[in-house]
Amino acid sequence: MPSGPIPILKIGSKLLATIQIELHDTVVDAFQNDVLEEIEKTGANGLIIDISTLESVDSYVARMLANTGKMAKLMGTETVIVGMRPAVAATLVRMGYFMEGIQTALSLEEGLELQGNRTRVPDEE
Amino acid sequence: MEASSSTSSHYNVTATWEIRIDKEADIVAVRQQVRELAKEHRFDQFAVAALTTAASELSRNVWAHAQRGLARITVLQNGNRVGLGLEFVDHGPGIADLDRALAGGFSTAKSLGLGLSGTKRLVDEFSIDTEPGRGTKVVIRKWKKEF
Repeated sequence: MPSGPIPILKIGSKLLATIQIELHDTVVDAFQNDVLEEIEKTGANGLIIDISTLESVDSYVARMLANTGKMAKLMGTETVIVGMRPAVAATLVRMGYFMEGIQTALSLEEGLELQGNRTRVPDEE
Repeated sequence: MEASSSTSSHYNVTATWEIRIDKEADIVAVRQQVRELAKEHRFDQFAVAALTTAASELSRNVWAHAQRGLARITVLQNGNRVGLGLEFVDHGPGIADLDRALAGGFSTAKSLGLGLSGTKRLVDEFSIDTEPGRGTKVVIRKWKKEF
């Protein structure tokens, strides 16, 4: 079980993490570890992080989210960040941060669709 | 060393809050107070996010570099215009190379190196006064857009 307060759910072969609380730095740190451990444990081939409830994302949280995606990728799992609010996108770009290398989607549905294209085909017939 | 970018303005302070920063959770406390005030004074969602993010960056700077300091949040009135002012004061190590810190991409401690340069781009007025070994004071203001 994740040790931090952000739930990470397994849906089929994907993991879905929905951030619904005010993010303390320590929460973000715990989340990063939890996600990576859940990927190992479940063998998930996709990770979706829903940030639609976040009204602001500062450079620390943005970097932690981007790094989590990079770490997951090193393990072989693609990450999509979904639901970024207009004001969050505007603020990050104005600050000069572009979340390079991180895939994003407008909504959870679109994120699932993006990842659906990468679902592993079972080996056996 | 000082640096500032501002449109000089005359204004009255109509309310003041002070939040002591000496633990990580105080970053969140400052952020929440600023978000609430910005919403209460009906800043648009972009301005609310900009102010909240700026508050987060600057209080994290205090926590990460000086471990303790003070955040002062003020509601400003300039004629019919409403603004929010944020002031962060610490007696930490100060910033040795201010030009470099303001240019961005200068990463220390727990930041992207975008803390100061990024914050400056989110607000209308920004000034910083720092001296190595003495501490740092950052003041920012953002005015509500009138349409």
